[in-house]
Amino acid sequence: MNSFPTPLDSLANRRQFLRYISATGLLATLDGLLPAWAREPAGLATGPAARAPGEPIDLFLRWQDLAFGGRRGRAITLNGTVPGPLLRLREGEDATIRVHNELGEDSSVHWHGILVPFEMDGVPGVSFPGIRAGETFTYRFPVRQSGTYWYHSHSGLQEQLGHYGPLIIDPAEPEPYRYDREYVVMLSDWTFENPYKVLAKLKKLSAYYNFQQRTVGDFFRDMSEDGLALTVKERLAWGNMRMSPTDIADITGYTYTYLVNGLAPGDNWTGLFAPGERVRLRLINAATMSYFNVRIPGLPMTVVQADGQDVQPVETDELQIAVAETFDVIVHPREDRAYTLFAEAMDRSGFGRGTLAPRPGMTAPVPGLRERPLRTMVDMGMDMSAMGSMRGMEMGGGKMPSGAADHGDHPGQMTGMAMGEGEQACVPGMTPCTGPEVGRHGPDTHGPGNTSVARVQRDRLGEPGTGLEQVGHRVLVYTDLRRLADDFDERPADREMELHLTGNMERYMWSFDGKKFSEVQGPIKFNYGERLRLTMVNDTMMEHPIHLHGMWMELENGHGRRIPRKHTISVKPAERLSVLIAVDAPGRWAFHCHLLYHMDMGMFRVVRVS
Amino acid sequence: MKITARAVLIAVSLLAFELPVLGEETSTPSGAPPGWPDPIEDSGIHSLVLVDQLEYWGSDEQDALRWDLISWVGGDYHRLWIKTEGEVLTAGAGGELELFDLQYGRLIAPFWDLLVGAGYQRVWGPGSDPDHLYAVVGVQGLAPQWFEVDANLRLSEKGDLSADLEAEYDLLLTQRLVLQPRFETSLALQEVEEFGVGEGFNAVRLGARLRYEIRREFAPYIGVTWNRKLGDTADLAREEGEDVEDFSLIAGVRLWF
Ligand SMILES: [Cu+2]
Repeated sequence: MNSFPTPLDSLANRRQFLRYISATGLLATLDGLLPAWAREPAGLATGPAARAPGEPIDLFLRWQDLAFGGRRGRAITLNGTVPGPLLRLREGEDATIRVHNELGEDSSVHWHGILVPFEMDGVPGVSFPGIRAGETFTYRFPVRQSGTYWYHSHSGLQEQLGHYGPLIIDPAEPEPYRYDREYVVMLSDWTFENPYKVLAKLKKLSAYYNFQQRTVGDFFRDMSEDGLALTVKERLAWGNMRMSPTDIADITGYTYTYLVNGLAPGDNWTGLFAPGERVRLRLINAATMSYFNVRIPGLPMTVVQADGQDVQPVETDELQIAVAETFDVIVHPREDRAYTLFAEAMDRSGFGRGTLAPRPGMTAPVPGLRERPLRTMVDMGMDMSAMGSMRGMEMGGGKMPSGAADHGDHPGQMTGMAMGEGEQACVPGMTPCTGPEVGRHGPDTHGPGNTSVARVQRDRLGEPGTGLEQVGHRVLVYTDLRRLADDFDERPADREMELHLTGNMERYMWSFDGKKFSEVQGPIKFNYGERLRLTMVNDTMMEHPIHLHGMWMELENGHGRRIPRKHTISVKPAERLSVLIAVDAPGRWAFHCHLLYHMDMGMFRVVRVS
Repeated sequence: MKITARAVLIAVSLLAFELPVLGEETSTPSGAPPGWPDPIEDSGIHSLVLVDQLEYWGSDEQDALRWDLISWVGGDYHRLWIKTEGEVLTAGAGGELELFDLQYGRLIAPFWDLLVGAGYQRVWGPGSDPDHLYAVVGVQGLAPQWFEVDANLRLSEKGDLSADLEAEYDLLLTQRLVLQPRFETSLALQEVEEFGVGEGFNAVRLGARLRYEIRREFAPYIGVTWNRKLGDTADLAREEGEDVEDFSLIAGVRLWF
């Protein structure tokens, strides 16, 4: 579990070879290779592009056999690589990007988080008809923002096949933080299975990929810790809901190879630094279904951007990055040694791994996977006061691996009764914290397409993500995010809207307000020019990274004029949160869960701004 | 002042705003122009063929090969179901098609389908080979505490009414080793002599199967089963000189695709 064997010599030779061929311009014709920005440890990614502003960019979409962790799979490549090439634009330029579709099937490219005219947003059936096989579509849009973003297919399940890449926009004005070099760290999940087969399996048996379910052995272990009565009571509560507390990820390391910049853990993507340098890491979660917990043991990370927007710097030891989010962090390695960049899948069924090192070929110990977390009664939106005293069952934390959960001795802090009041002491890293109740569910249970409702809805913006409740070090939470710019739109909300995130895990149906996309009559209407407050309630027991195209969502996390702007917001189980939207972008826009298979199974809407 | 400027700006842009591709409001989910593709495919057709039991029964009396198959094809709300269950005796060339049901099913509650359709039943072997058609209505789904339940009411062409109930449960010993207890019972509202069925509760069958999921889709198993005929059915069996109770050892394979 400590480190991976690395074929140093062959890697070093390969690098020299690649440097040679990239210099000779042969790169695009070779397959199985990484994009230049990911491959080159000295960092072609550092610094703005050589491209003149406004100069057109060409992207070629092709099928190719590529190696992932030593095994070949059929991937969709952009200019020959997975991920696709790093696109580097400049704020203020007019971008022209020609996408040549040589896939033999329809495709598209969506610019994730970029404010573009809606016809250029790249969602087939919403903003345009798509790019037909063999055709070229030219995207043209003014670049009105800066920061770290990405792009990906919005057609079918193509994103699972490698159709994604990083997009960086250099700002017109200098950024208010210093760094000496930078790397894109693009996380993703790769499967050698056909994604439609994966989907078909989930439709037949939604727990297909979960090999961390609770067993008879877990029952006896819990019984010896909590006693028979409580354990039985807890199991009955879950059984009554017909849900599994182990349902952390629908698709897991059973089929996924987790990639860092297109490289499997054993292939060890490496970013070089000179000791004492500040290194900016542009973390992008381009996975289709996998949240990652990212940490660099021995190096604190200073978060300076979230979803491409500057935030007041905040130092942390670990962050959970939801699917489709980006975080920019600056690290300051002073020692002449290697550091492991560890991206653990949230369900702990696997990990992505890279290395920051002073010299190529160096490695640092790779941490082991921590014990898988469990969903809790809070995630279920259960009414704790009605449950009576169920010590030890309310927090997955009670079953956490760290040993910090000493739930026999501190009933005042650990019982459901205390949490029901929403005012228990929170000691980060020690005691699980749950936000206060902020709402209750109405009588509508959203029909047969939805299996549960969040009876008790909580403000969970200050909570660490699933599995990070008791890790014993600092963890980034949404309430840590404060926008840097003083450009808050002061208008009060003209209108309020509430949407519930719903689903039926048994059927693998996903929806809003119990209705799949195909079941609604028409788009959600936003009024052009209005200031809208959108409240989201997650009735399911999973996180959903909700993404709005074309406009920012300003997350009401209690920081007044400093609330952060985001394009993707992870809504926790049984959470109630709200965002403010300045409805300033006419057109039809996609609004959806960014878990690819959730989106494709109905958790999708079109928003029409007019 | 600032607000006014903004209002003017909004008003101007609203006036200047054209809808080149936005076009007419349509009543499709996307509101997009006709001819455009759907942005997602959330109403595709899926299917399952689950051979829940394909097994050999060994007992003191007669050995048998048994099957129990459940399959569906369709969308999330509407599905076509086919279920069949039966056995072939390895000696004596007898057997029974206990049921072959073709049903339409509709999702009526988060965990439940309501099924209606028709079925066919037949016994063969030495002597007469009775068979009949019947109408069937049932519910199938997941009960609280994870019991997989299948309950049916059957009305035969001769007007005989019967009911049956199956419940099974997966107990995970490990991630791949699963113990599945199973309970079945049936009840007839009147005697159906050619099937050897008496009035009232006529049989109960308890089984336990221990399977190992080499893959999710493929799991060999071993198990035991205990059958007991009840009431009038037991009396009919005694008249025929048959045992009313038997115990069998099972080996089989569970598979699906
Ligand atoms: Cu989702």
